[in-house]
Amino acid sequence: MTLTLEAVTYRYPGTARPALADISLEIAPGAVLGLVGANEAGKSTLCLLAAGLAPATIGGRIEGRVVIDGLATVAARPSELAQRCGILFQNAETQLSGTAATVWEEVAFGPRNLSLSLAEIAERTDWALGILGIEALAPREPGRLSGGQAQLVALAAVLAMRPAYLVLDEPTSQLDPQGTKMVGSALQRLAHDTGVGLLVVEHKTDLLASIAERCLVLADGRIVGGGPSAELLADPRLDGWGVEPPSAVRIERAARSAGLAEAMLSAIAALP
Amino acid sequence: MASAARVIGSGDTRAGLPAFVQPLPSGPYRSLNPTTKGVIAVSEALVAFAVRGWSGPLAVLLALALTAAVARLGRSLLPFLIATVPITASILLVNTFLFPGATDRIVTIGPFAPTWTGLTAAVQATLRVVAFAMSVAVLVLTTRPDELVADLERRGAPRGVTFVIGATVRTIPRVVQRAREITEAQRARGLDTEGRVWRRVRGVLPLAAPLVFGSLNEVEEQTMALEARAFSATGRRTPLRVFPDHVAQRALRWMLAIGTTALIILSIAGALAFLP
Repeated sequence: MTLTLEAVTYRYPGTARPALADISLEIAPGAVLGLVGANEAGKSTLCLLAAGLAPATIGGRIEGRVVIDGLATVAARPSELAQRCGILFQNAETQLSGTAATVWEEVAFGPRNLSLSLAEIAERTDWALGILGIEALAPREPGRLSGGQAQLVALAAVLAMRPAYLVLDEPTSQLDPQGTKMVGSALQRLAHDTGVGLLVVEHKTDLLASIAERCLVLADGRIVGGGPSAELLADPRLDGWGVEPPSAVRIERAARSAGLAEAMLSAIAALP
Repeated sequence: MASAARVIGSGDTRAGLPAFVQPLPSGPYRSLNPTTKGVIAVSEALVAFAVRGWSGPLAVLLALALTAAVARLGRSLLPFLIATVPITASILLVNTFLFPGATDRIVTIGPFAPTWTGLTAAVQATLRVVAFAMSVAVLVLTTRPDELVADLERRGAPRGVTFVIGATVRTIPRVVQRAREITEAQRARGLDTEGRVWRRVRGVLPLAAPLVFGSLNEVEEQTMALEARAFSATGRRTPLRVFPDHVAQRALRWMLAIGTTALIILSIAGALAFLP
């Protein structure tokens, strides 16, 4: 059982040039796959395809197949896919329904759409809030949360759908350092404590270095590199692909170019 | 979540929910079913406008005064009353001074000649506007939007309709906040948004475009986020709570609906001409 993209090429409606070409990847339950690339590389498009929202919701033409646990996304209803693969966008504000008086009700919005029993809704909502460590936010008004808190609530709302896979499209891009740290540690917990498979798109490679086992590089709609995160994120070609390496790699390179002693280099390399 | 915060009990429709989730409203009038309060407000607004002369608006205002007293609304109605001032002031001025065909002048001041006919029409129109505003105010002050939406949802209203109602009400503060942010940004770039009225009006134009286009841009992402939460799933959404709805309230709603419709028809047919 996996989330698989098999030789996927995708064109947006009214365009001849593919936004993504010949993409193949696989995410197993419990695995964390990172995806990096410059702006306009096609990362968000890949997220929409992996979650089954493209072409179902936004249209366009797809060649190849996206299969989630044996179900081809083109043949499935959006509500069916929502229970298999969740997606978190950059802007927390647009992801909240805007109809709930409390965070608890906001998280319960999705399970209610599935016509579940109240007991099941309560159980799922409490689980989603608990796994992210934000139970204390439950009685709060969603409109009065900080950016990091709102993004965690949006993540909890997707988790309450109990998907086997989660696609995170730059979940910390609009957050300050504190919000990034908050979401980062929640993702680490999520990756370690649940069997949810994660596809994480991030510019902040420090975050990917800490949670993703493997990473892929996307450039001009194609996968141009891939491998274990530790190796790929230290790859000298990363800058050429428009991706900034993690801070540990940058410090190490700066130290090397400044000719610092090997002992100091080792100490810097050992930094978390 | 602490179990002590839960509503516990067999047969309780809220079993398993935290106590802070949509507590049922209490107190006189407020504890009525949200749909009943909605029907009362709509009936009052329609009667105020449909029944001609003084009778319609005065009867509605009397009913509203009683309701406001029972619900202990008091001063909280004042902002709604003040909000009507621009429109009521213009109604009074235009009708009193420019009522077409009226010749019964009260006094002549240069080119201006207010008339008794115009003044009567103006006061009646003002009472109607105030009655309308107060009926909305009483509903808003005694019923949370979520309550009304939740009750309509339970009654089988399409989830798209209830979502639009709920989202619209909750989006207003966000739009206001965004407008404020854009105003600050435009002001930081030298746009004059203070001072004389015409300057302020000119300042609104550069504000409108980013506000509208910014909101439209968000719609696509919002749609996808809703899809990712199974909004398009078939079947009825699970209501989080059920508001009490007694036979007397159901009877009242039907009486109001039938009575209001009858009054509108009679008024259009001219059968209420005997009313003052």
